[in-house]
Amino acid sequence: MEAFIKGIGIVSPQNTTEGIKFLSEVVEYNSGYMSCVEPVYSNYISPVISRKLSRILKLSIVASKVCLSNSSIETPDAIITGTGLGCIQNTEDVLNSILENNESFIVPTSFIHSTHNTISSQIAIYLKCHGQNLTFSHRTFSFESAVLYGMIYLADKYGENVLVGGVDEMTPTLFDIGSKLIFKSISKSNLNMLNEKNKGAYAGEGMAFFTLSSNYSEGDYAKIKVVETIYNPDSVNSLKLKIEKAINSAGLSIGDIDAVMLGITGNSESNRYYQELINSLLKNKILLYYKHLCGEYFTSSSFALWCCANILKRQFIPSILRLNKNENNSITNILIYNQFNNKNHSIMLLGKC
Amino acid sequence: MKIMEQLIIELKEKIIKNLNLKDLTIEDIDTEAPLFVEGLGLDSIDALDLIVILEKDYGIKIESIDEGKNILNSVKSMAEKIMSHNSEN
Amino acid sequence: MLSKVFVTGIGTVTGIGINVSETFSSLTSQQTGISSAIYLDTIHRDAIPVCEVKASNEKLCELASISTKIRLTRTSLIGIIAAKEALESSGITNISAKKTGLISATTVGGMDKTEKYFGDYNSNKRFNEFICSHDSGSSTEIIADHLGIKEFISTISTACSASANAIIFGTQLIKHGILDRVLVGGTDALTKFTLNGFNALLILTKTECKPFDQNRTGLVLGEGAGYLVLESEKSVQEENKRIICEVKGYGNACDAYHQTATSPNGYGPYLSMQNALEMGGLKPDGIQYINAHGTGTTNNDLSEGKAIEQIFTEKVPYISSTKAYTGHLLGAAGSVEAVYCCLAIRERTIFPNLNFEEPMKELSFTPTDKVVKNINIENVMSNSFGFGGNNSSIIFSRC
Repeated sequence: MEAFIKGIGIVSPQNTTEGIKFLSEVVEYNSGYMSCVEPVYSNYISPVISRKLSRILKLSIVASKVCLSNSSIETPDAIITGTGLGCIQNTEDVLNSILENNESFIVPTSFIHSTHNTISSQIAIYLKCHGQNLTFSHRTFSFESAVLYGMIYLADKYGENVLVGGVDEMTPTLFDIGSKLIFKSISKSNLNMLNEKNKGAYAGEGMAFFTLSSNYSEGDYAKIKVVETIYNPDSVNSLKLKIEKAINSAGLSIGDIDAVMLGITGNSESNRYYQELINSLLKNKILLYYKHLCGEYFTSSSFALWCCANILKRQFIPSILRLNKNENNSITNILIYNQFNNKNHSIMLLGKC
Repeated sequence: MKIMEQLIIELKEKIIKNLNLKDLTIEDIDTEAPLFVEGLGLDSIDALDLIVILEKDYGIKIESIDEGKNILNSVKSMAEKIMSHNSEN
Repeated sequence: MLSKVFVTGIGTVTGIGINVSETFSSLTSQQTGISSAIYLDTIHRDAIPVCEVKASNEKLCELASISTKIRLTRTSLIGIIAAKEALESSGITNISAKKTGLISATTVGGMDKTEKYFGDYNSNKRFNEFICSHDSGSSTEIIADHLGIKEFISTISTACSASANAIIFGTQLIKHGILDRVLVGGTDALTKFTLNGFNALLILTKTECKPFDQNRTGLVLGEGAGYLVLESEKSVQEENKRIICEVKGYGNACDAYHQTATSPNGYGPYLSMQNALEMGGLKPDGIQYINAHGTGTTNNDLSEGKAIEQIFTEKVPYISSTKAYTGHLLGAAGSVEAVYCCLAIRERTIFPNLNFEEPMKELSFTPTDKVVKNINIENVMSNSFGFGGNNSSIIFSRC
């Protein structure tokens, strides 16, 4: 089972939506949390439709439209989305209404748009897509589950292409609540994330969509060879074995991996697993990281996928992604590894087309 | 007790604000024109949102879509319902 | 060659029973679980009928053999009980003996706690633990940890079709050899969030849930969980397992019409049923019973009814909605009703559509309003249609 990435559309805290530049300029943050660079919505969605849509829905429709245009596809055969927290702003609005008005005056639109699959559905309504439509919502497995489902969909030949997305939004309230657990506010540059001594990850958000197909055509970004989620491994050794096994399933060994994209955050405690892998399995690889550019959110690996797909297509690594100075003549296989809470580990293995 | 004209302006402002019709002004909304299908072209979810406004801001409880249909037909019918509700209470 | 997929275990907790046996008893004695809210602290207690699991959280802890000191969400507790029953009924004693996964579904997740403590997070650190139990993945991981499942876990959240989609995904994982067996299903507790949200949409009935009745006035919300154990052919053969039925076919399609209403001609439901039949290699006359989505709303029953007429053009088989028993279980509806379909096959019984009095003028068929016993059901179709036009149909077949 493998899938080709035909097109990508992404809205993120970097300038990733419009234009073909690949991280040649980087947006720096010095306060709060990383928020998406907002597009001009009317360029993508008519005001009649966009008036009813919350921010996460508008951004998702923009990203999916850019993706389809990038893939030269009008309507995908299926739409599969991963989102860790869904439409959190709408959820907050309903909760606040319940609290403040003693279960009265709930705004219907807020409730309707609070269900997690609203993103996937609204895209389908917008594109008139009657194909399969699923939404996964399981922390940092959300996007990976969506990718896996998409790959199975293609292997079963239900359709020729599938739109797969990873979407999560940040709100002031969510940031406030999350700061009690894992987030910290950016007070110095996000670009110095690794030099910050304090614990805590920088909060972020993003909406990324990919058109996957089982058929190769020139211009495709990359091949997804493996996607795997590893839940609660007994030990670091157990994790290493599972990662190696996953790589082997693609007919490769760890020696074939040229670069590794890591979900390192500013939180030194959660970086323990990364450090163990860097010291052993991933020694001598080109090491890359991405959360200083998009922040931490449940579907951030979709931002990593965008980065790696571009690296493979362009055969170029922007210096802002580099964690070490290792080099290679060419980049043929990249491994993405992300983990959350020391329990949810996920990998994606990409290959050059 | 609000007079009809004031109430109509107030309703139009609430429609624009709550239904996020950012590009419209109160002059753009015809007081007697249908709000749904034609006219402003609002839909069934807009109707539900307006029902909440009627209850929250004017104390009018609508229990079903059918009951709401006549009252929400136009800005004028909404205003009339509010005025008659006020005079009853 | 893709593996066949068999159901070897079922478990369920709803307002009509805390296990399969109690549930079957209620279904055959036509005993609904709908009443006024007892456990949910809501201002609508006397006005809006609901269908709660007849147990407090403390009682649920007892049933799940969990200390009340561990403050789990109601969604998790209900889920653990049903999931455990499914595993036990499948005879699984050693979870890690084979590649075993969990695909769960939920709409509200930990909202039963979030809505209580959301306003207090800033003022009282005590409640911070509930921040982590809010998201959809939380109850899945709690169930997985309780049962020792690690190989593969995920959560689907597609509103009312979510647990049906969990069954579909689980089936695919087995077909492709990613797992040998998988626990699939969903769980949702009743919350103020959903009760008030649906009330704002004016689709809750204040009287009775009357699916497919001309005078239906809306749905009743319920809470509950349903889980099934699915296994590969190889896994079943290795242990000479008793099979309940086979997952013969499924379909998922998007209506793409409106966020909350189904298209008048029921195009999405039509597609999901059609796809299920095609995959199962069945003609419409091969289905003996349809467990309909049948919420009792003006919109759903008409759209679903129209779609059924378009597919079952010669004769509509026995059809009933069981939502007048349990209420609409949201994320858990698909899997609980799948359990009922398995029961229908195993016990050779069709469960009635309660509260039916007057046929819908627009439809040519009427639902079954009596218990039908001693009937051989070869194939049963289960429909679950969610907000956002997410339509799923699954066909279970006798082996």
